[in-house]
Formats: sequence, C-alpha cells, structure tokens
Amino acid sequence: MSDRCYVSTRKGLFTVDRGASKWSISRVMFVGDNVTLTMHDPRNGNLLAALNHGHFGIKVHRSTDGAETWQEIAVPQYPPLPEGYTPKPHPFTGKPLDWALKLIWGLTPGGSDQPGVVWCGTMPGGLFKSENNGESWELNRPLWDDPKREDWGPNGAEFPGIHSICVDPRDSRHVSVAISTGGVWITRDGGKSWGPGGSGMRADYFPEEQMGDNNVQDVHCLAQCAANPEVFWVQHHNGIFRSTDGAASWTEIKDVKPSVFGFPVAIHPRKPDTAWFVPSTKDEKRCPTDGRVVVNRTEDGGKTFETLRRGLPQEYAYDLVYRHGLDVDETGNRLVFGSTTGSLWISEDGGDSWQTISSNLPPIYAVRFANS
Amino acid sequence: MATVRFTRNIQRHVECPTREVTGSTLRAVLDHYFQENEKARGYVLDEQGRVRQHMVVFIDGEMVRDRDGLSDAVEPHSMIDVIQALSGG
Repeated sequence: MSDRCYVSTRKGLFTVDRGASKWSISRVMFVGDNVTLTMHDPRNGNLLAALNHGHFGIKVHRSTDGAETWQEIAVPQYPPLPEGYTPKPHPFTGKPLDWALKLIWGLTPGGSDQPGVVWCGTMPGGLFKSENNGESWELNRPLWDDPKREDWGPNGAEFPGIHSICVDPRDSRHVSVAISTGGVWITRDGGKSWGPGGSGMRADYFPEEQMGDNNVQDVHCLAQCAANPEVFWVQHHNGIFRSTDGAASWTEIKDVKPSVFGFPVAIHPRKPDTAWFVPSTKDEKRCPTDGRVVVNRTEDGGKTFETLRRGLPQEYAYDLVYRHGLDVDETGNRLVFGSTTGSLWISEDGGDSWQTISSNLPPIYAVRFANS
Repeated sequence: MATVRFTRNIQRHVECPTREVTGSTLRAVLDHYFQENEKARGYVLDEQGRVRQHMVVFIDGEMVRDRDGLSDAVEPHSMIDVIQALSGG
C-alpha cells in the first residue's frame, strides 16, 4: 500500500503523504518551474523529474533521497541528422520533423531484472533508453528508423509523441509503447526489433480505408495488467478499447456514459477486468459532462461501468485530467487524480469515495504513487 | 578576445559568469565558452547545435542572423549577449 504520491504541476513538484488520519501536501520542490512528469522507481526508490524550462529547454533531475535533494542529470538528445537526409514532411504540418527534444512524455522503469534501465518516451516520437538510472540516454534506433515512424502524426501538439511504456513483468524484453498519433508498437527482444500492435482500434477521424491502420490510432493512454499482462486497456481519442491477447487484437467498449472520451486509464494491478477512466465531453469541449467530475469504473471487463462521484464536485466544475493525471497504487485500493484546474483527489476504497487534497494547485500534469 | 554575457534568468539554473573567450565566429566563441561550462550548452543551444527557439544572441547590439549555423562574425573585442526572447506578458 502506498502512503505517498508525487504530483507534477506547471509550477512545481508536490509530495503528498498520508498521515495518521488524512492525506496532505508535505513538500514542494522546483517552485515556479514546469514539472511535466515524475517517475518513481520501485527498484531503488529513485525519482526522475522532467522539467520544461521553455526558453532553456527540457531537463531531467534525479533524487535518491525521496525528493529531499535533486541533481540535474543527462537529458535525452536526438542524434545529428544523417548526411544528405531530410526528414519527410508530414502531410498534416507540411514540415519536416525536427530532430530535437520537445517534451518528455513517458518515463518507465525497466524490469526488476534490469537494474538501472529506464525507458523514456518523447516528442517528437523518439524512445530513449538509459541503462544507468538516467546518467546517459540512447535513442532506440530500430523504432526510430522504421519507415512507418515517419508517418506518425501530430496530436494536440505539433509533433507525435510516445507517452505510454509498458514493460511486461514476465519478460522485461517485451515492451509495448503507445504513440499519439501512431498506435501501439511492441518489441519482444528488448528493442532490437519492433512491430505494430494488432487490429481492432478505430480512428473515425480518418478516411474509412485507413481507419483501422495501427499507425493512425490516437492512443491517449495504454495500461497493462501486472497480474495478467495479456490484458491491456486503452483510452483512445475515439473511445475505450481492450485487449485480452497481449495487444494482438482490440475490442471496442461502446456506449459508456457519460462519455467514452478522456485521456487517462488505470488498471487494477491484480484484477484485469477492473479499470478506471475519467470521462469528459468529446472532443472539442474537453471538460466534464454537465460540469460534474466523475470517475468511471468497470469491474467486469467493460460490460458495465459504474460512475463514481462521491466526494467529487457535481456542479460548475471544468477539470480536465491529462493522460498521466490518474494513478492506482499496488493494492488497487488507492487512486489519485489531478486536474488542469489544480484539483487533487485521492480515494482509498477503489474509487467509491474521494477526498479533496487541494483545489488550489497549479495545473496538474501527472500523478504517481510511490509503490514499493 | 570577445566578451560573452548571459541573461540573469539563466543563472538560477546554471551559473554562467561573464567571460572573455577567443573565436572569430559565434560558433567558435560559444564552443570555447561551453568547453569550460558544458552544462550551460544545453540551456542555450539544442542538440543540433542551434540557438534554442526562444533564445536570442546579439553581437555588438546586432541580433545574430544564422541561428542554426552560428556563422556570424565576431570581432576581437565584440560584446556577445545571450538573452531570452521575451515578448510582452
């Protein structure tokens, strides 16, 4: 059970701890700085925080003492363009892709048998790997050099990006990543070779002929069940999809109220049929339906959903929750989510009820429990 | 030697004291500066060696033209200012 979570915001990184009777903020670091994502590494307790300084670029800081002190470490860097090579302009932007780091969008520890390994997903679409806890990073060339990678599309930002990285607990060489916009890509040999995920997702914003192509799927978030890694859940631009065969095929979950649109998904670590979503009105509006913040939970693999609202604002609330803004702890009982309007909620009963930790934080980009 | 000065705002993240360095192009001058302060390089230039999008460099009060190649000429006693491209707000 986790008694701590880390909240990455537009104006700093907050540590939230469970005291004897309640959760409260215990520390803020990087005050005023844009902390876009923080990873807690259960293998050694390390924290890696990604900062975006705007003018001064993207930086990575590491703490080895539970967020008390931090050291700036290496940042993933794109390699020089090969001689005579010009990146292919994407038809959406008409511009060649810039080989320069724009955002760190995914940070995931490697497997328990790979001490020091950290995977890092980025905009504009590069996947990086560190084998020394972030001391240095290397672009995964097999995925980057795949000709289909050049067709990945921009999302809300101007570039494609890798945001979800799932390391199979049975085999650390089996890694599944999700791209907005580029579907799901899978390696089974530690990144030496990659292939696209299976069919079944649907991009209804594309012409019919291309609607089922993995490469055009706008996956908002991909999650894998720790106890049954054959099961994946996806929150997609179009809705919710589930795979029970290791991402070889996907089934769409339809007719979910109040909406199938949203960004994050969290999956119960032991119960593959249980997952949580934070719905919002699709898709130009992107705010809670009717001004009510709710969490949707299924416990039967998507056949039915329960809309959870106890403790959450039910009028005039316009909180949007980003793809890294929801997390579940290692027990499956504790959940945390945070919003663009700086509200933070925690549940200790699987989402049945929620405590408001703050309504006054900066815009929240990511929340992560410190799991053991 | 040319003198290189940095915006005050960068000092919060990485110490960049004013220094005199040699070089006849902006690239050469900044390379010499960053050789002694490698951490600062990534705050001013991106991984392709270009001036970051929202940074700007002046040589003797003139904004540099070649932001990618940094080929602008530097005189022996030039003053080089590395600042943020702030605009309003």
